[in-house]
Amino acid sequence: MTWLTPAMQDLLIEASWQTMLMVGAAAGIAILLGLPLALLLLVTAPGGLAPNAAVNRPLGLVVNAIRSTPFIILMVAIVPFTRLVAGTSIGTTAAIVPLALAATAFIARLFENALREVDRGVIEAARAMGATRLQIVWKVLVPEALPGLVAAVTVTLVSLVGYSAMAGAVGGGGLGDLGIRFGYQRFMPEVMAIVVVILILFVQGLQSLGDWLVRRLSHR
Amino acid sequence: MSPEPFAEADPSRPAIRLTDLRRRFGATGAVALDGVSLEVAPGEIFGIVGRSGAGKSTLIRCVNLLERPDSGEVEVLGRNMLALDESGLRAARRDIGMVFQHFNLLASRTVAGNVAFPLEVAGVPRAEREARVAELLPLVGLEAKRDAYPAQLSGGQKQRVGIARALASRPRLLLCDEATSALDPETTAEILSLVRSLRDRLDLTVLLITHEMAVVKAICDRVAVMEAGRVIEAGRVFDVFTRPRTATTRSFVAEVIGHSVPAGTIARLPEPRPQEVRRLLQVLFAGPSSTRAVVSEVSRRFGLDLNIVSGRIDAIGGEPFGVMTLAAYGPPDQIDGAIQWMRSIGIEVAEAVPEETAQMKLEAA
Repeated sequence: MTWLTPAMQDLLIEASWQTMLMVGAAAGIAILLGLPLALLLLVTAPGGLAPNAAVNRPLGLVVNAIRSTPFIILMVAIVPFTRLVAGTSIGTTAAIVPLALAATAFIARLFENALREVDRGVIEAARAMGATRLQIVWKVLVPEALPGLVAAVTVTLVSLVGYSAMAGAVGGGGLGDLGIRFGYQRFMPEVMAIVVVILILFVQGLQSLGDWLVRRLSHR
Repeated sequence: MSPEPFAEADPSRPAIRLTDLRRRFGATGAVALDGVSLEVAPGEIFGIVGRSGAGKSTLIRCVNLLERPDSGEVEVLGRNMLALDESGLRAARRDIGMVFQHFNLLASRTVAGNVAFPLEVAGVPRAEREARVAELLPLVGLEAKRDAYPAQLSGGQKQRVGIARALASRPRLLLCDEATSALDPETTAEILSLVRSLRDRLDLTVLLITHEMAVVKAICDRVAVMEAGRVIEAGRVFDVFTRPRTATTRSFVAEVIGHSVPAGTIARLPEPRPQEVRRLLQVLFAGPSSTRAVVSEVSRRFGLDLNIVSGRIDAIGGEPFGVMTLAAYGPPDQIDGAIQWMRSIGIEVAEAVPEETAQMKLEAA
């Protein structure tokens, strides 16, 4: 274990922290922006609560455009936007901006699908009881879809762990970056191995937590 | 003459008055409602029966405007529904409870949460909501299931929750959209008697749609039969059952009180003697004639031999009636005379169709 010097330990801890920060912050932003976006996509869709093609089509197009751009390209392409938002275009904070953008588009579609699963009959019942559209959204759609929404958050978190490995390209650091720089470029396979193990533990932990939450929330 | 949007209940006024409702769907222009008019009196249980696709589902949805008719008028509890704005419509809907075939309960809420939902939507304070839920659950026999989730309930229990929820905001009208179609016969009977007793206790008006004539027979006061977007027959349930005027109604009625004569039975009947004929008569006794000793009287008056092939006595809404298939043996003119005499005292007589001929008719159609 000669490679595991105190300096390397510090690097691993710092990289783990950076990964958690990037994934956590990006996911938090994605949830906050993605849920209203998903609701807007669902509600304005043909046959929705307030069909509106003029909103739905362009919005869907933007979401799809972000989702179909490879993340590494997206990250570089939006550098001016990143600088505007984060004040800098390099570092962990700067990496959060493209991560959050990609995750928002990703989670919006997953949320939309989860919300779409809510039984139309239940929505009709709420309408028959005199519920407003806003009440239908917050008292019916979101609570009924909650297990599905949580599952979508889990999938997004796991994907973000993968995306965050590319953050090294803008100096974002993190475990993936450490693995590339030391494990690959400096021929230290042990570092690569431990990075991979930590990432696997991360993903496992997130998935188990998500599954447990879904089970708790689901009353089907 | 259009009613005030917020007029108070007037017992002399129909609870529901639908006038010439028309509704087409989609570009294909499939007609769901083709000029439907009907009135439901306060306090009655009114059934609409029809095969799937007859338009009954669209019709009941037009009452609370879950579906908007293309034209026509919808007056419910004195309100001109089509003239209401969105908030007026929501207020009107709180006066109309609705029960669904697939219950449509919120899976994420407990029984109590589901029943409280319409009150929550109406902005009723929490304490009041809880008091109302505590009142409603015993009404449908679900006190013990207060904190259960819908997934833990049987179909009948789910529908009881659906009914309690529909009644939460003290509506004066209850719409039942195939409310028992997903339930087994025993549970159906339970739910129907619950609806009837609630109608009696809470002074409700009930409009229900169903494809099962047994439901109509069990609880309805009046019925309308729908086919291809039109009401083809309507009236008191007893009258529609005992004197159906259209083929569709007859086939519906036959599901419940029909008794076609099995072909095997006919084959085993004795052959008529020379100079005599054998004719099968379906005889329906309803009203005052049902207590008369008709069979022996016919036999005596017209010198006929009467063989009872099948028969049953039943009651609709407490009114008894009997249906009987007779094999009459005798000279043709005497049989004609007997038919005329029976008709003259108010008995319905038809030449019975044994099953094999009925079968042949179906194939020819």
